[in-house]
Amino acid sequence: MTKDECKKVVTDIIADIAPDEDLSTLKPDVRLRDQLQLDSMDFLDIVMELRKRHGIEVPEADYAQLASLDSCAEYLTPKFNALSAKS
Amino acid sequence: MNSRSHYDVAIIGAGMSGLAAGIRLAHFGQRVCIFERHNTVGGLNSFYSIAGRKFDVGLHAMTNYVRPGVKGTPLGKLLRQLRIERDEFALCEQKQSRIAFGPRGETSLRFTNDFAVLESEVATHFPSQVDGFRNLANAVRAFDDVSLDAAPVSARETVRRHISDPLLEDMLFCPLMYYGSATEHDMDFGQFVIMFKALFLEGFARPFEGVRVILRVLLDKYRAAGGERRMKCGVQKIIVRDGRASGVKLDDGEEITADHVISSVGAPETERLIADEPSSGTATKAGRLSFVETITILDRQPAELGWGSDTIVFFNDSPRFHYECPSGQVDPRSGVICIPNNFDFGPDLKLPEGIFRCTCLANYDRWADLPEETYQADKQRWYEILQQSARRFLPPLATPDALGRATLATDMFTPRTITKFTGHLGGAIYGAGRKNRQGRTALANVYLCGTDQGFLGIVGAMLSGISMANYHILQKG
Repeated sequence: MTKDECKKVVTDIIADIAPDEDLSTLKPDVRLRDQLQLDSMDFLDIVMELRKRHGIEVPEADYAQLASLDSCAEYLTPKFNALSAKS
Repeated sequence: MNSRSHYDVAIIGAGMSGLAAGIRLAHFGQRVCIFERHNTVGGLNSFYSIAGRKFDVGLHAMTNYVRPGVKGTPLGKLLRQLRIERDEFALCEQKQSRIAFGPRGETSLRFTNDFAVLESEVATHFPSQVDGFRNLANAVRAFDDVSLDAAPVSARETVRRHISDPLLEDMLFCPLMYYGSATEHDMDFGQFVIMFKALFLEGFARPFEGVRVILRVLLDKYRAAGGERRMKCGVQKIIVRDGRASGVKLDDGEEITADHVISSVGAPETERLIADEPSSGTATKAGRLSFVETITILDRQPAELGWGSDTIVFFNDSPRFHYECPSGQVDPRSGVICIPNNFDFGPDLKLPEGIFRCTCLANYDRWADLPEETYQADKQRWYEILQQSARRFLPPLATPDALGRATLATDMFTPRTITKFTGHLGGAIYGAGRKNRQGRTALANVYLCGTDQGFLGIVGAMLSGISMANYHILQKG
């Protein structure tokens, strides 16, 4: 998986969790929280949807890694690739 | 087939909170079953049919309404958490509501879903108080009302720091208490804030077809997520082994095991399910506030009687507003009128019949043990008194018998009905006086949701189910 594909996975999840947000102008290097109205409940849902849809586990200590789309891609892409290498 | 004997989570009660908790849990792969004693969902917010006519019960209006695009409010959180699209509820806004005080409603404050209307009404009728009112509204906006561990503070004392006129104070408390206070005379400021936002800063709306639309959406989501439910299948006991719940025992004696139990039946009621002796006393005191409500079906639109503008009217005829368990069967001095036809359903939609509902405070003990004949006669008597009381606060009719002549059917619920459909002891419509925000019980794997967890109104009820499912189960996943 490329980092861009990983960003797409994350934006797809956000689109389902927060269909009332406009994601078309999302800047990858800016904190999601500063661009969208996402609260802690929404971030919990991103984590849980990653687990449900893709089997990716994000421990609570790593939640900060999901701050922006870029940081999501840095953090999650290796996890996705490790997972597909296994299967 | 709903025939498993083990679930990750057993939920007691298919009201708004139990359904919402169930949707969250099922969506994230938990095996969940909701056990409901009745054959309909919704608890007290439900609907029923008599002679082919559908009656809504409970819900007057959905509170917490905000228009599309307004974010960070309870309605938005609820829709996101349950993956519901706004359009699925098809909410229609109220026209206007009023708080009418005095023997004939001489002092009246109008409010709509636009807070500026209430602000200007206060400025007109209470010019010396309007700065205080604005400060109060700012204090409400700044308050963290979703904290799960805030200490209770008197709302009356806090409000008096901003408002010095007791009439205005009572007028502001009246709707907030009627729509959600489980305590007499005063409420916790945290609860006041939740209700002030829900009614005044946000507002009222309802689906054209009423509460059944909301229940249908919840049931569809729950089913689609893989949740199971068993109707006419009450829980008589929570089975305790080694200091934890091992499962539930159903009314028919069947035992179901579960890793977690979420109970929406109330705090003292859940204590009873846990106790060895079902009739034993409870640590949490049951609430004392109960209601009667009359429902009158009319053969014409209420507008034809001159009642076309008000959606909800909160009234009180006395010098002070008394929110307390009455000593008699009913206290008709204050109450709430709801005219569901007066939501703005758009130019092409009209409810097929007129509906006029009136709610007053009632005393459970004075209704509980009446023999059937007396019970029916008392209902009839109070029905008339409630109508007369409420009519004082609506525009006068063309002739005194105009309402009677337009009436097609009537029904009435009492504190007994509330206990029957909610399971709440003492007909306590808003549950116990002391709320338990974290939803903890004596057992580590049994949690409360719904009324006694303390998020009120139907939006609050759903958020309660959501937050308890998140907090106790999903976050620990």
